[in-house]
Amino acid sequence: MASALINVPARAKRGEIIEVKTLISHVMETGFRHTQLGAAIPRNIIRRFVCTYNGTEIFSADLYPAISANPFIVFSTVATESGTLSFQWTGDNGFSVTESAKITVE
Amino acid sequence: MRRFWALLGLLVMAASAAAEIPSSERRSGYDLMGRELRAMQDDDTANPGMLWVLEGATLWKRAAGAAGRACVDCHGEASTSMKGVAAHYPAFDAGKQRPVNLEQRINACRVDRQQAPPLAYESRELLALSAYVARQSRGLPIAVTIDDRMQPFLEAGRVVYERRQGQLNLACSQCHDANWGRQLAGNVVPQGHPTGYPLYRLEWQSLGSLQRRLRGCLVGIRAEPYEYGAPELVDLELYLMWRARGMTMDAPAVRP
Amino acid sequence: MERSASRREFLKIAGGVAAGIGLSAVVTVRPASATPAEMQEAIRKVVGSARVTPGKVKIDLPPLIENGNAVPLTVRVDSPMTETDHVRAVHVFTEKNPQPYVVTFHLGPRAGRAQVATRMRLADSQNVVAICELSDGSFWSDNASIVVTLAACLEDGI
Repeated sequence: MASALINVPARAKRGEIIEVKTLISHVMETGFRHTQLGAAIPRNIIRRFVCTYNGTEIFSADLYPAISANPFIVFSTVATESGTLSFQWTGDNGFSVTESAKITVE
Repeated sequence: MRRFWALLGLLVMAASAAAEIPSSERRSGYDLMGRELRAMQDDDTANPGMLWVLEGATLWKRAAGAAGRACVDCHGEASTSMKGVAAHYPAFDAGKQRPVNLEQRINACRVDRQQAPPLAYESRELLALSAYVARQSRGLPIAVTIDDRMQPFLEAGRVVYERRQGQLNLACSQCHDANWGRQLAGNVVPQGHPTGYPLYRLEWQSLGSLQRRLRGCLVGIRAEPYEYGAPELVDLELYLMWRARGMTMDAPAVRP
Repeated sequence: MERSASRREFLKIAGGVAAGIGLSAVVTVRPASATPAEMQEAIRKVVGSARVTPGKVKIDLPPLIENGNAVPLTVRVDSPMTETDHVRAVHVFTEKNPQPYVVTFHLGPRAGRAQVATRMRLADSQNVVAICELSDGSFWSDNASIVVTLAACLEDGI
């Protein structure tokens, strides 16, 4: 059961730079760990994070095993218009989670 | 390796009769962390423990078991009904005639009231619910009730705390009462107050309960860890909460 | 003297440092770690034949962290973030993790500010390098070094 915590200001002024904070639960298994008996634990990570603002991609990230478990990503964007910010995380084993947040821009 | 043994030997010698920490000197593990980890704990939008709190909030409203009841059906909004609850657990359970911890209390509700199977210790759901409930006590002082019924269990917990155990033959008090603040293999030894449980431990890369941490300590001194839910662990939890009485709850905490 | 030397040899042959006190029979397999040369090669792959100049980008990393599992990292670039002058991407690398890549952030003029943050894993005390790519095709770099301490009492298998 993946849960995500997203922090986007509910309102902003047009042209204001807003900070977006995202946190998603995911083990981010590196692929470098071994069980006590020496068997390799296969890699299982989120590989890509994309944020779109009313459909236009405004930020993305390519993640590698060096990103901590429960990936935390903070970025900024210009509040251009009211609408929806959509966030998608995809990764190994068909992992795909989409969340969204609304923003009112005056 | 050699240096480690020497250090350990010194620790063992230095810690003869470990006296209780005077209340004015009690400090949370929070104070021993660096600026960055304290910031991680303080920011609810960055604290990884909040992922479990969020999930707990969802589970609170989800009907479960043959009775088809959700927590909210009996308890209403957790922010009201659960305020202060975690701060006085472990608490006496009349049915079991002994103290139970928060996780056991949640499971008792599941079994008795929801007619649902109990949640496994350290399972995602149980951690989420206990994190959600513990979060409602944030900022409140720890206040476990010790009456005549609880006294023998408190004493039993103290006995576990002060007893030498394991291949390293160490008692909890030797590190956490007599040598807190000193370094052990590059880490500062905390006083061991459970103000922030369940907490996100970087070492685990996950949220975990106080019992997980206690079992970890026992493995660390090469003792056989008690099973989850064992009376020794609950008694020890009771003793630790009593020892931390008055200190402020800050669940879900972040620790290295 | 002799005894401890042969014990050390045994531990080396066993494939690494056994958990914590060395009393456990657990075999620990250490993953191969990258080298500074591998990191340079990874950087080359991203940058191509372009020159990388120190400057403009700044890594914010604590000088010491208690546990390498979640190290807060912030990267800032001095840039007006306009259509004609902005940061296209920020790449982060390490020199001693099992592999050198950490993350690539793709920005652009809609970012407003070239500032990104995340939490990363560090296998050991080491250097972290950030390379930013600007809209004019130039590459700039910064590096930071950090000391990583680990848990004293390892508790595998609970």
